[in-house]
Amino acid sequence: MSVSIRNVRKEFENFPALHDVSLDIKTSELIALLGPSGSGKTTLLRLIAGLESPTAGSVFFGDEDASHRSVQERNVGFVFQHYALFRHMTVADNIGFGLKVRPSATRPSKADIRARAIELLRLVQLSGLENRYPAQLSGGQRQRVALARAMAIEPKVLLLDEPFGALDAQVRRELRRWLREIHEATGHTTVFVTHDQEEALELADRVVVMSQGRIEQVGTADEVYDNPNSPFVYGFIGDSSSIPVQVEGDRVLLGDKRLALKGWSAKDGKAQLFFRPHDVEIVEGGEGAILGKVLASRRVAGLRRVELSVEDDGHVEIELPADRDAPVGSTLGFRPQRFKLFPA
Amino acid sequence: MALEQSFAQTPLRPLKSAVTESLTTRIVLIAISLLFLALFLVTPLVMVFIQAFAGGWSTYLASLVEPDAMAAIRLTLTVAVISVPLNIVFGLAAAWAIAKFEFKGKAFLITLIDLPFSVSPVIAGLVYVLLFGGGSVLGPWLKSHGIEILFAVPGIVLATIFVTFPFVARELIPLMQDQGSGDEEAALSLGASGWQTFWYVTLPNVKWALLYGVLLCNARAMGEFGAVSVVSGHIRGLTNTMPLHVEILYNEYNAVGAFAVASLLALLALVTLVLKSFLEFRYGDEMAATAKH
Repeated sequence: MSVSIRNVRKEFENFPALHDVSLDIKTSELIALLGPSGSGKTTLLRLIAGLESPTAGSVFFGDEDASHRSVQERNVGFVFQHYALFRHMTVADNIGFGLKVRPSATRPSKADIRARAIELLRLVQLSGLENRYPAQLSGGQRQRVALARAMAIEPKVLLLDEPFGALDAQVRRELRRWLREIHEATGHTTVFVTHDQEEALELADRVVVMSQGRIEQVGTADEVYDNPNSPFVYGFIGDSSSIPVQVEGDRVLLGDKRLALKGWSAKDGKAQLFFRPHDVEIVEGGEGAILGKVLASRRVAGLRRVELSVEDDGHVEIELPADRDAPVGSTLGFRPQRFKLFPA
Repeated sequence: MALEQSFAQTPLRPLKSAVTESLTTRIVLIAISLLFLALFLVTPLVMVFIQAFAGGWSTYLASLVEPDAMAAIRLTLTVAVISVPLNIVFGLAAAWAIAKFEFKGKAFLITLIDLPFSVSPVIAGLVYVLLFGGGSVLGPWLKSHGIEILFAVPGIVLATIFVTFPFVARELIPLMQDQGSGDEEAALSLGASGWQTFWYVTLPNVKWALLYGVLLCNARAMGEFGAVSVVSGHIRGLTNTMPLHVEILYNEYNAVGAFAVASLLALLALVTLVLKSFLEFRYGDEMAATAKH
């Protein structure tokens, strides 16, 4: 089932949480909503689920306007950040809950519900735990039960709120791979919220980068990493540095000095030059290069990370081969090979 | 050699746990609390039963089956049967509203629920007298329509509801606030209706707190004296509850009769305590699991 969010705005007591957000999610796609806290990503997820209603705009499931449908009618599988498992029910009863509460005409028999629960437990690799209570499970196991419970109702869309937020690093990596496998096996349209860019880039078909209630960029991992379309995305995804420059015609000036940069276009005026620490080349002699004084130099695995002060106030970080020496206090000239200019 | 010597020279001090007091302190503390309990709780309780049975088993029974006493017992049970369910409904509704929704005046509502705890029960009774009495605004209208509230069962029920108002709500509010509405949202997203969500998710999550609140509420409903005394009018066989009946008998120097009825109330208190302890013993783990995940 495809999902289309059209010009959705959401205000909480006059505080805007989302401004005019539009997004198209294709059938069977795995989408990550990525952003810092307060960016509106969870609000967007809850709007798709019907747990919140938009102040303006609409949410389409396929060709059907679902904006005025209640959460029960939308048939979405929602996995909550803290799982929200029913603590007084066994694992099997938790998973079967969505089937048990159906109206009698469409409700499967008790035996069928249990069989379905056990089948789902096998899918999430928790066979044999059907009679346990949530309190007797580990965090990772609870997470998987929550997912099985959400999938039991054969949802049109699977929505996950910070699915791995409360787990430790190793379980996280494991479950991440596992979620990808489940997604490929079941083909649910899936949207998950995360503030962890590694998780989003690794797992999702497309990443939706959000900030302050707006969608900044939508794209594949390659697109948002290699071709960020805003200073926010450049700064939020991966490491980056920026320095203030001046654009005049076909020249980029750092102070009074012209930088030898190729392949760019920008309007005249003040601008910010963004680049990644590993996308730089050292220019011996400093012709047309950014000159910086070495503040600190640290050896990190096979690389050398060098902090430079550029001009008086600029502060950048670049990566050099480990065998390149950069003594503190010396001057170094470098040129970004891949970069972006954003008007300041 | 040098090493051995240095070991030998270091005197071994007995390790003392940081939370362990000396034996004397422990004995003194335990003795004080036991003495206190015996003096102020156990002795009076035992006295009630000794006095009740002072005239023997037959006198005891006779003072209970006597028509006025029976009427008082019936009335007390009636009042509890009406006011406890009403308190359950109100307590659940108030706790639900306070824990699951954000609205203006919430802090005020919480304070208001606590009002009966801070107001003297006598004042509570007087309020109803002023509200429904002959000289009040409502009094003449009620009288002309033949509705009796004061000095009748409705007045007693109203006063009892007033004083027992906070019991159920107070037990539920902190628990429901702590639990939040995540479970309910999960149930709704799985397709459950509002009623199914309440019945399958919300109620099981608070059942022990609810039961506890009901026990306390019931004990108070049956034992309330002050507020009921003001509105009841003390009509024997008609508007006397058990506590009021005890007082009347006592004032008439019928100590055996008074203590016989009082022993029933004391028994109720004991049953409540035993039930509560049993629940905690039997379902303690589950209760702890409901409180926090």
